[in-house]
Amino acid sequence: MSKYTEDDLREELKTKEYEYGFFTDIESETFPIGLNEDIVRAISKKKDEPEWMTEWRLEAFKVWKTMKEPDWANVNYKKPDFQAIAYYSAPVAVDPNKTLDDVDPDLLAMYKKLGISVDEQKKMNNVAMDIVVDSVSVATTFKKTLSEKGIIFMSISEAIKEHPELVRKYIGSIVPTTDNFYAALNSAVFSDGSFCYIPKGVRCPMELSTYFRINQGGTGQFERTLLIADEGSYVSYLEGCTAPSRDENQLHAAVVELIAMDDAEIKYSTVQNWYPGSAEGKGGVYNFVTKRGLCEKNAKISWTQVETGSAVTWKYPSCILKGDNSVGEFYSIAVTNNYQQADTGTKMIHLGKNTKSTIISKGISAGKSHNSYRGLVQIGSRADNARNFSQCDSLLMGNECGAHTFPYIEAKNKTAQIEHEATTSKIGEDQIFYCNQRGIDTEKAIALIVNGFSKDVLNKLPMEFAVEAQKLLEISLEGSVG
Amino acid sequence: MLKINNLHASVEDKSILKGINLEVKAGEVHAIMGPNGSGKSTLASVIAGKEEYEVTDGNILLDNEDIEDLAAEERAHKGVFLSFQYPVEIPGVSVTNFMKTAINQTRKAKGLEDMPAKEMLQLIREKSELLEIDRKFLSRSLNEGFSGGEKKRNEIFQMAMLEPKLAILDETDSGLDIDALRIVANGVNKLKSKDNAVIVITHYQRLLDYIVPDFVHVLYNGKIVKSGGKELAHELEEKGYDWIKEEEDAKNN
Repeated sequence: MSKYTEDDLREELKTKEYEYGFFTDIESETFPIGLNEDIVRAISKKKDEPEWMTEWRLEAFKVWKTMKEPDWANVNYKKPDFQAIAYYSAPVAVDPNKTLDDVDPDLLAMYKKLGISVDEQKKMNNVAMDIVVDSVSVATTFKKTLSEKGIIFMSISEAIKEHPELVRKYIGSIVPTTDNFYAALNSAVFSDGSFCYIPKGVRCPMELSTYFRINQGGTGQFERTLLIADEGSYVSYLEGCTAPSRDENQLHAAVVELIAMDDAEIKYSTVQNWYPGSAEGKGGVYNFVTKRGLCEKNAKISWTQVETGSAVTWKYPSCILKGDNSVGEFYSIAVTNNYQQADTGTKMIHLGKNTKSTIISKGISAGKSHNSYRGLVQIGSRADNARNFSQCDSLLMGNECGAHTFPYIEAKNKTAQIEHEATTSKIGEDQIFYCNQRGIDTEKAIALIVNGFSKDVLNKLPMEFAVEAQKLLEISLEGSVG
Repeated sequence: MLKINNLHASVEDKSILKGINLEVKAGEVHAIMGPNGSGKSTLASVIAGKEEYEVTDGNILLDNEDIEDLAAEERAHKGVFLSFQYPVEIPGVSVTNFMKTAINQTRKAKGLEDMPAKEMLQLIREKSELLEIDRKFLSRSLNEGFSGGEKKRNEIFQMAMLEPKLAILDETDSGLDIDALRIVANGVNKLKSKDNAVIVITHYQRLLDYIVPDFVHVLYNGKIVKSGGKELAHELEEKGYDWIKEEEDAKNN
């Protein structure tokens, strides 16, 4: 472990409030509230989309109207009024032909506040970045370097225009519009997101990254990510999210689709830090996300997530292991504090022979929060010698929080090998005192214990993200032990 | 260095320490002995600053400063070290990482920069050799799956790393076989100097053959009822604690 933990973390600790909770006053164009066919058409028109895309959205909207919001998750919240949300909000200064130099200086100042300097990103981190504020992608860096390798990395709006054949072929192929209530809603109204294509045999030379930010009040954010790794290619993709502190609940309903063709590998890492609501449980983001990937022969998809934000999280990044010998992995740290609720986990669908999946879930609950792991391991009848290993660990702080585990296993093939381990532990006064006695104060002690607990997952994150994730864990749990 | 005056302490309203007086000077080794439940471990915890214990009367002075209002970590920064009777496990945190954090937090409290990695490694090498610790051991999770002997040896390793002014060893001999006992005692003896002091809390005389005390105190029912030189430990070993209990109980009736 390198030097990052100690000093700068202590600095961070001084800010007790949600530190990304600022609002940047940028001129925005926001659609009237409410949702109907006209709004769907207007979004499509605003984005200058081809006819097929408009039709696809309208089809999704039709389906959505017939669907009901799911209520099986272990969370309680006031259902959003879908007619009280504005479905499109964009910083006005965005020009479709933007380059970094054209980006609104206020926006750039905002990124700086978020700890992202786009310029610096460009120079040092070897991370290509797409930034989505409210609904629109505002900056994609490194485009040129990537295009030399034939890699396409752009906002999905651009991709719809520039690479319609790819988008049309794959959008909705993994998460169909009919998949679930939020996926249908997203399909109808998604305003932007990222698109990425890695050609055959290409190893993407840098981490690709998207940063999502909800800025405007009273809006929903619906972004759509589509990532295609062609045969034998490799890509590591990162996404991060923040939002201002607001008293109202903001809705975020994203869809992410991954396609890993034969022998391809995708690593997808998320640090989710949407505004979690106040300590009294007021406000916060509703994070209802559908993420799914398809693995063809010998392909591999790894989902790694660090979930510290949002008032309510409903999210199950999944793998369909269609090809023989394909591999799916899910590594998750979910932290809930105060009144946060998370119901998160994964689905591993084994269809091909010799398919393998690993699930490691670490849930940390503090305050009055509830943290649930929900996972499905499904072995199809033709999936000979499929193997799964699941480990679900929960760490509790205090006496008023809850940890829940809902593992589902469905095996239709006798050769399947499935292992499930689960533990629950509590941070004890004795552990804290032991650390105190060695000169480590209580906040630092909690961070140390939590980081130790989460180590198996933190190790899976790319280095820059691991640093950010460790800080987040520390900040999210402040004041959680007296 | 340490001066305890008429110390009374209780936990959950139960009075445990009932007027302790003790003075420990730099360069000295004190042994505190006594039957089960006499308050030995409580005394150690109160000096270290465990929150559950409430000081109801008297005070503890460290270098003439009253430490009552200092948090446990602040006392540690001032050089108080407690070798725990039951060291806790912290899964996923290696011994090395734990020590690095402890040392740097202490340095920070003193306004010093983090210890450079090179220096840290050198210190680790030196101290692990002193305690005959295999360095592979140091990348294991703190106390997780350690044998009783390994836990105790690890405590003394931490003591060696932190170089405290006042070390309190709470039943460090329990769970040690004779070889481990010798290694641990050896380590403690090598760390002893004219500038620091050691308080050894123990049930048995055994450890005191290796760490030879300048003073022996007998704690019974929350008070020091007898003090003497190292020969007192031998006497206790021979005669047990019953005669002390009888003497005391007779006094009180």
